[in-house]
Amino acid sequence: MTNATRQALVGYIFISPFILGFLLWQFIPMVTSAWMAFQDWNMISAPHFVFLDNFSTIFHDELFWQSLKVTAVYSLISVPIGLVLSFCAALLLNTKVSGIGIFRTFYYLPVVVPSVAGALLWAWMLNTEFGLVNLVLRSVGLPKVHWLIDPNLALLSLIMVSLWSSIGGAMVIFLAGLQGVDNMYYEAAEMDGAGYWAKLWYVTIPLVSPVIFFNLIMGIIGSFQVFSAGYLITGGGPNNATLFYVLHIYRVGFMYLKMGQASALAWVLFVIVMSLVALIFRYFSRSVYHEAKTA
Amino acid sequence: MTVRRENTNSGGDAIAIEELASVRVSKKYVARRKWGRALVWALLLLGAIIMIAPFGFLVTSSLKDQMGVFRYPPQWIPNPPHFQNYIQVFIIKPFHIYIRNTLFIAIMNEIAVLWASSFCAYGFARLRFPGRDIWFKIVLGTMMLPGIVLMVPMFVIFSRLGWIDTYLPFIVPTFFGGGAFNIFLLTQFFRTLPEELADAARIDGCNEFSIYARIFLPLAKPALATVAVFTFLTTWNDFMGPLLFLNTPEKYNVAMGLTLFRGGLMQTSWNLLMAAAVTMTIPVLLLFFLAQRYFVQGIVMTGLRG
Repeated sequence: MTNATRQALVGYIFISPFILGFLLWQFIPMVTSAWMAFQDWNMISAPHFVFLDNFSTIFHDELFWQSLKVTAVYSLISVPIGLVLSFCAALLLNTKVSGIGIFRTFYYLPVVVPSVAGALLWAWMLNTEFGLVNLVLRSVGLPKVHWLIDPNLALLSLIMVSLWSSIGGAMVIFLAGLQGVDNMYYEAAEMDGAGYWAKLWYVTIPLVSPVIFFNLIMGIIGSFQVFSAGYLITGGGPNNATLFYVLHIYRVGFMYLKMGQASALAWVLFVIVMSLVALIFRYFSRSVYHEAKTA
Repeated sequence: MTVRRENTNSGGDAIAIEELASVRVSKKYVARRKWGRALVWALLLLGAIIMIAPFGFLVTSSLKDQMGVFRYPPQWIPNPPHFQNYIQVFIIKPFHIYIRNTLFIAIMNEIAVLWASSFCAYGFARLRFPGRDIWFKIVLGTMMLPGIVLMVPMFVIFSRLGWIDTYLPFIVPTFFGGGAFNIFLLTQFFRTLPEELADAARIDGCNEFSIYARIFLPLAKPALATVAVFTFLTTWNDFMGPLLFLNTPEKYNVAMGLTLFRGGLMQTSWNLLMAAAVTMTIPVLLLFFLAQRYFVQGIVMTGLRG
């Protein structure tokens, strides 16, 4: 055995757990899922090939379009607002006021709360009669709001919950990005007479744009996978107003045992998310600032 | 002020004017900064209250009696506090069994993830071989894969293997790589270590496996701690997996056990549900406060260089 082959062999031994895992728990499931998307199968009787029937069934299903709409609206609202709020929070937390350490901890705390505990807590927080949110509204003389009962509000309520639990994560990443900006850029901008907002717009935002880009991508991918809030807080209701796409897949697959249709739904989701990510990479990655690497 | 300026003007002392001007500017500047700081502080406080208030409501609800949560006006500090709710949580449902189950899965996951991800990361970070960079791109790619699309085929595969209603679906896959995020994080860490360490060991006749185990693994303790903390958090909080792969309530983890406290809208004992939620949240909060450094490190390392 030559030195080079031995080296390659050792290398592949080291990364073999990943390769095997990728094949076993990602590649094979993907292939299985692609095969299943063309089968009519309830896991009890034998599967039989139906070609595109599953896709035509799901596209003719009102609930598919409803769940797609719910998820798209959720993503369109929660991702941009989440980005802006976490960025603003990071800007505030990057200042040197007293007690900043405690503030940072407080802002991050909701992230570590288990999603189930958080969801059930908010189901109680948004209770029309006894939840904290309406108690506060009532104490300042405002009428109570039917957060989870009103079909027009339920989705917004869940967006609120998701903002509470997710802002902290993106915020910490932004904060690290802000702290990584070399002070010399600010000094140079100040020499040119830039004020706070000019520095923010012309220095800070361009320099942390890779971080914004990362948070945007991760935010979008995450927003299309949201499940537990809809499952636990509203159960998809009222009137399917919070029927998230993944909740729809879950019901089709695990409640009605239509494994073929569920796989077809999963592939549609996969294609949508990957196309979105590709589009964003294509149109935004050029406007992202890349620091010249010296290595 | 104006009088003084006129005075200095008439005195014709250019330097004094300049000094005065700079003093005035900085005074205005200081005042603006002071207001700016006050504004920042007020905004921070408002945000912090919004972030923290749910925790307060969680705790006060968990200390009320069955009907106390429905009383108006609400008692913000329950009198008397019903600490027995926290005992009830363990009587009504076998919460200690859920905790034990979760801890079992967590320990297995820690072993699997710490070994597998550091092992793979060593290969990616410290060895040169054809195809390495392509595989590393695949690692990064799988981080963006919406994992939820795999839930249907995974269920089919696990039921074919006869793994449904066992802990195998939670444990076995973690031995294979231990998660792309962890591999990525440890690869980044290993890359920062000097090559001379490995070279010296190679001259002494160490092979790559002992270099990994004896030199790099001990040096990676802080990064491994980060991985360990996140692994525990993921396992403790996992809900989707148990929902799909476990049927027997005695086998539930804490997250699934917690959902059992939720009855219908009127049957739910919110006080007990909140007590159970506190019980589930306390361990992760403790972990967070003890290991805050590793949390931040992990997020920053995976987030910034991604």
